[in-house]
Amino acid sequence: MGDQKETDPMQKYVCEICGYVYDPAQGDPDSDIPAGTKFEDLPDDWTCPVCGADKDSFVPED
Amino acid sequence: MRPVEIKEGIFWLGAVDWNRRDFHGYSKAHKGTTYNNFLIVDEKVTLIDTVAEEFWGTLQCNLAQVLGDRKIDYVVANHLEPDHSGCLAKVVEKYQPEKIYTSPMGQKAMKAHFKYTDWPVEVTPTGTELSIGKRTLSFLETRMLHWPDSMLTYCPEEKLVFTNDAFGQNWATSERWADQVDRYRLEELMANYYANIVLPYSPVVLKTLATIKEMGLEIETICPDHGLLFRGDDCAWAMEKYQAYAEQKPKNKAVIVYDTMWHSTEKMAEAMACGLADEGVSVRFMCMKNNHHSDVMAEVFDAAAVIVGSPTHNNGILPLMADMLTYMKGLRPQNKIGSAVGSFGWSGECVKILTQWLEDMNMEVVEGIKNQYIPDHEVFDKCYEQGKAIAAAIKAKL
Repeated sequence: MGDQKETDPMQKYVCEICGYVYDPAQGDPDSDIPAGTKFEDLPDDWTCPVCGADKDSFVPED
Repeated sequence: MRPVEIKEGIFWLGAVDWNRRDFHGYSKAHKGTTYNNFLIVDEKVTLIDTVAEEFWGTLQCNLAQVLGDRKIDYVVANHLEPDHSGCLAKVVEKYQPEKIYTSPMGQKAMKAHFKYTDWPVEVTPTGTELSIGKRTLSFLETRMLHWPDSMLTYCPEEKLVFTNDAFGQNWATSERWADQVDRYRLEELMANYYANIVLPYSPVVLKTLATIKEMGLEIETICPDHGLLFRGDDCAWAMEKYQAYAEQKPKNKAVIVYDTMWHSTEKMAEAMACGLADEGVSVRFMCMKNNHHSDVMAEVFDAAAVIVGSPTHNNGILPLMADMLTYMKGLRPQNKIGSAVGSFGWSGECVKILTQWLEDMNMEVVEGIKNQYIPDHEVFDKCYEQGKAIAAAIKAKL
């Protein structure tokens, strides 16, 4: 199951700092991230649009 | 200042920091500040927040005046930043409360900050209700307003909400209520506080205001942890202000913020200011040598346009402008038009660098103007026209 989750392009990720949920279906329009962008494919310098934390602060949402 | 009974059995304690000018190391508090905390005397005596550590003596004195020999049963920590939790460890040690209530992120922060092992901490996620006798306290998490641990504490019986940093102002006064002070000054200081502290979290402010509406919370008293408290109609007024701040609708106003070596950049910027003013735009002209970045930010936050100016210095920009832009970017202002101006001697990277900052802040960029050596009338005309063009862009946006 774990492997399936990691490869699921629609897997949502949640910011452990502030609780913001990155939803690939929506992308992050404010940072010019188009809908359909997998979390893994976000640029390394992408940060949480709410609290500014980096990608390392995100974990897959259950 | 002595404790003030703000409602029967509910006291403002707090400390008035008359001499404070540096707020948290990054922002100016020209009028000082206050650290408000509150005590509810009910079946369970409940302390809401504490004060900065240096006012531990004041806090003990205030508590003694209200409580005599009664003990503190509960402590509520709405936010763990040291101006509100500075006396928390001492309170726990001296008064040994039965429970300390905080948000889920608050517990995390409390563990990391105070490294406690045996504090009686209880987590209060949104919706948690706590009876303290005649009164109930209910908690609403406000993550990132303005730290991950922030929360509000609402008392339905009193229609009163303790909002911690939200609705605060840096203003040391002998008065406690917003209706006792000059309204214009209050509004100015409230906006200044918002622009420098709450601004990046505007989406959370909008969400919180919507939640308060959805939950149908009746609010007749707002108790922030800095500055004046609001009662009666002032509560709706404060919430309307916050709604407007968070929406960041631009005003017919431009801020020109710059630094200059030999006044060439300054003169070019001034020509732009004339162009803007002649089109009826209100202009703030702010040199970084004379203005603190937090005062500039207070003007930027409701402006429609920001023009940044610097000459080229060592293939970069002047350090005071780098300070300003770093600070501004961190506060994430929205809905702005941006433009750059700068003079240079031999290499002229300034406008390119400044423009990159504006783009990084998602501003709607109007191409900047740079000039080598001393600007002449032709350059000033160009800058003046640029000011008019930015004014037109502002009008189209409003």
